[in-house]
Amino acid sequence: MTNNVNLRKMADNSYFKPEDLKKFGDITKWQETLGKKFFEYYGEVFKEGALTAREKALIALAVSHAVQCPYCIDAYTNTCVTKGAEEEEMMEAVHVAAAIKSGATLVYGVQMMNHNNKISM
Amino acid sequence: MAIKQKTKSLKARGEDLSNTFFQLDVLNGKQVTDAKFTPFAKKIGEAGFTTLTPTTLEIFQLNIGKLCNQTCTHCHVDAGPDRKEENMDKATLEKCLKIIASVPSIHTVDITGGAPEMNAHFRWFVEECSKLGKKVINRCNLTIIVANKKYFDLPEFFAKHKVHIISSLPYFSEGKTDSQRGDGVFQASIKALKMLNEVGYGKEDPDLVLDLVYNPNGAFLPDDQASLEKLFKRKLSTKFGISFNMLFAITNLPISRFLDYLLQSGNYEEYMEKLVNAYNPMTVQGLMCRNTISVSWDGYLHDCDFNQMLELKVATNGSQHLDDFDLEKLKNRNIVLNQHCYGCTAGAGSSCGGEIA
Repeated sequence: MTNNVNLRKMADNSYFKPEDLKKFGDITKWQETLGKKFFEYYGEVFKEGALTAREKALIALAVSHAVQCPYCIDAYTNTCVTKGAEEEEMMEAVHVAAAIKSGATLVYGVQMMNHNNKISM
Repeated sequence: MAIKQKTKSLKARGEDLSNTFFQLDVLNGKQVTDAKFTPFAKKIGEAGFTTLTPTTLEIFQLNIGKLCNQTCTHCHVDAGPDRKEENMDKATLEKCLKIIASVPSIHTVDITGGAPEMNAHFRWFVEECSKLGKKVINRCNLTIIVANKKYFDLPEFFAKHKVHIISSLPYFSEGKTDSQRGDGVFQASIKALKMLNEVGYGKEDPDLVLDLVYNPNGAFLPDDQASLEKLFKRKLSTKFGISFNMLFAITNLPISRFLDYLLQSGNYEEYMEKLVNAYNPMTVQGLMCRNTISVSWDGYLHDCDFNQMLELKVATNGSQHLDDFDLEKLKNRNIVLNQHCYGCTAGAGSSCGGEIA
């Protein structure tokens, strides 16, 4: 088997298929009431409000990275670019997510220190 | 100020896409790609339009030449410094003036290019249109104003004749602007905008209108025009102290160099899908091709500048050129449609004046 065929086979077996994002709406087929409520809520959240739609897109981009959702990363990269976000702003948003994620890990260092102190002489 | 070109024209590169028949074949899935989308003519049938017909002729648009000091990567004209042959001569401009003077419903003369200011007869033509009392729009790429000292007084010239300036500025920062339009374009554009502001453009004077055109810097559709305008106004004002009147958000149509970019980058099918999925029947009524005639450098008549670039002349029997201009025949024509028309009906729609719906 050539490398290309291997790569294609891997892509076919991937859990992440970009084209699946277009089928997101299909989740209502198996539970219409809850699905519809979700999409109504989702649409409402991203409307222009106290925060602009552009600011919300940058927050969503950061959260997408924090939850490591490839669909969301594609979707909110598109939205940010469309809404005129600068590349620097987008990367800063990702750094905000990264800082919170790493901070959330490091803050457990205090717990480790506490426990270490408790069991140590 | 020097500009480093990002590319050469398709014609200079000898690309297949410089042939308009080839472009139309691509758009209809007969070349390069077999991707086929619902024919646009069929799609507008859903909005109740069996054909698309003109309303009153109000805008006389002239593409006075393909010569330009820039070679933007998305240019639908395939303009550039090498396009020295295709520029409107004085005799053709005189024929245009005769028609503009004889059709009272024409209230606006819309001049585009290339860089229209590089046509040797540009200033004379603007003066003559001004004498006729017609509103003149000039689609200025901004950098031409600072390209050579012979153009430095253009802002004063524009102001004297109250020319409505519509200028492209795809973004409010250097990187994205220069990646589309050439290295050095952003700084030159900012300088030119300041010169226009200095003579009163883009401020309170209703006769000195300076509008900007935003077109996406890639394979995506423009966002809501009002939000982008707010953002551009804030950024250009705080960063550079520049003011302007309106921002027009224009969709890139999949023809010429933008089509080349889509094919080269592997974005063609997805982009067409976006355009087709974003089709908005509410835009059809207000399409610019309905009240406009677009004249090419050699005097042929078209429904719009995009049809002109695809060499799709008006579908009239015996009135396809300035020499046989017949208003009645033009009124009774059907507008020529093809797959690129999806670009004008996507989302809030797109025209030379920005959003439609």
